[in-house]
Amino acid sequence: MNSIAVRAAADSIPDTREKLSIHGLSFFYGESKALHNIDLKLRERQVSALIGPSGCGKSTLLRILNRIYALYPNQRAEGEVWLDGENILRPEQDPNFLRAKVGMVFQKPTPFPMSIYENIAFGVRLYEKLSRAEMDDRVERALTKAALWEEAKDRLDASALGLSGGQQQRLCIARTIAVKPEVILLDEPTSALDPIATAKVEDLIDELKRDFTIVIVTHNMQQAARVADRTAFLYLGHLIDEGPTSMMFNNPKDRRTLDYITGRFG
Amino acid sequence: MKEHIVTSYENELRDLTRKVAEMGGRAERLVADSVAALLKRDTELAERVIVQDKMVDVLQREIEEGSIAMIARRQPLATDLREIVSALRVAGDLERVGHLAKNTAKRALALDGEYHAKKQLRGVEHMSEIAIEQLKAVLDAYSNHDDARAIEVWKRDGEIDAIYTSLFRELLTYMMEDPRHITLCTHLLFAAKNIERIGDHATNIAETVHYLVVGEPLSDERPKSDTSSLTKMSASR
Repeated sequence: MNSIAVRAAADSIPDTREKLSIHGLSFFYGESKALHNIDLKLRERQVSALIGPSGCGKSTLLRILNRIYALYPNQRAEGEVWLDGENILRPEQDPNFLRAKVGMVFQKPTPFPMSIYENIAFGVRLYEKLSRAEMDDRVERALTKAALWEEAKDRLDASALGLSGGQQQRLCIARTIAVKPEVILLDEPTSALDPIATAKVEDLIDELKRDFTIVIVTHNMQQAARVADRTAFLYLGHLIDEGPTSMMFNNPKDRRTLDYITGRFG
Repeated sequence: MKEHIVTSYENELRDLTRKVAEMGGRAERLVADSVAALLKRDTELAERVIVQDKMVDVLQREIEEGSIAMIARRQPLATDLREIVSALRVAGDLERVGHLAKNTAKRALALDGEYHAKKQLRGVEHMSEIAIEQLKAVLDAYSNHDDARAIEVWKRDGEIDAIYTSLFRELLTYMMEDPRHITLCTHLLFAAKNIERIGDHATNIAETVHYLVVGEPLSDERPKSDTSSLTKMSASR
């Protein structure tokens, strides 16, 4: 009988070192507890997918990883998140420094109302002083990496708002990688895109994981199965199950994971 | 297990497993009838087997089409994907079982009017009893997702192989004793081979059931006792 390549695929994920290490993490929106004692390790140069039904806490978890929640009152995290040996939840940690290391792309494309070139240069200027030539180079590299250079090189001074949805999303990814982060957080990056633009972004994710550690939140099971090396399933604020993607989608150990990915929830 | 949120998906899956069960029932009967036709010299029954094998083929095609459509439309994962892949595989094995039964039935027709002694049939009869038991057991295991039962079937196939090897020697001996037995014994040999192959398909299905239930392939090497291909028998001995 042909053996199914489940174990082979699981074994083929390179065992890279931990990039982000989450210990005993809980999160509160005011009085209500949204995450319960999460322990999770995210490995360097791998794609980790967070899946789970709406309201399970996956976006909340993502927002903790760059402390974007700190912008809002009454939201607080307990526990530890270690990034390269530093606990990023310590209050004295500089959030701007953190956000240069950890980039984020949102569900809807969020280009600034300025030119394509400025969309990318704007973020870079916050952290670095570059000459015009160096900046040109940085913009080109970012757009090339985001697979947008060919489409955008002749219209760099045109408004980013004139780009298609898929192009805008790739611009946002280019903007994120231009500041040379180490971790990229993607919050449902393709849910507003058509299948072709989605395929381009997924292709890009495969490309980007050579240099970056990527965490993606997605509602699309097939997408998680396609792009992620490892997958974590959250439910009602608890981390239920985590493992190699092939195992999670072929033979999940937890009944709740199985019910969710096969569409039996509810 | 809970039902799918999408009712039509649930119905399609149920329809698929129901068809496999139906196909299994038909294949089982074809095997029993073909052997009965051979042993009892019942040409009418043999002809019925040949005609009814077509229905098994039709079911296989329906299962294949249904499975491919579901993979394309539903993008099944985990247990659902295994259920569909298993249906495809089991249907493939059952189609072969039906074909082998048909071949046995054709031999029953070919032997019409040919002389034969009871004792020469006994081995084939015994072997077919075990093969039919195996097929029945493995189809039950499939329907009930019963891994333990499937593994029993998987381990027991050695028995059929062993009988086949000894039957092979026995029939060779009859042929050497009296050349008039050659036509009969050759057909019986092929019929026995058909039955031995049916046993192999039962073990294939057992492996599929294990994969269906556990999610991993059966990794151990199956016990093999068919050494007939190594059998030598010279007239001088």
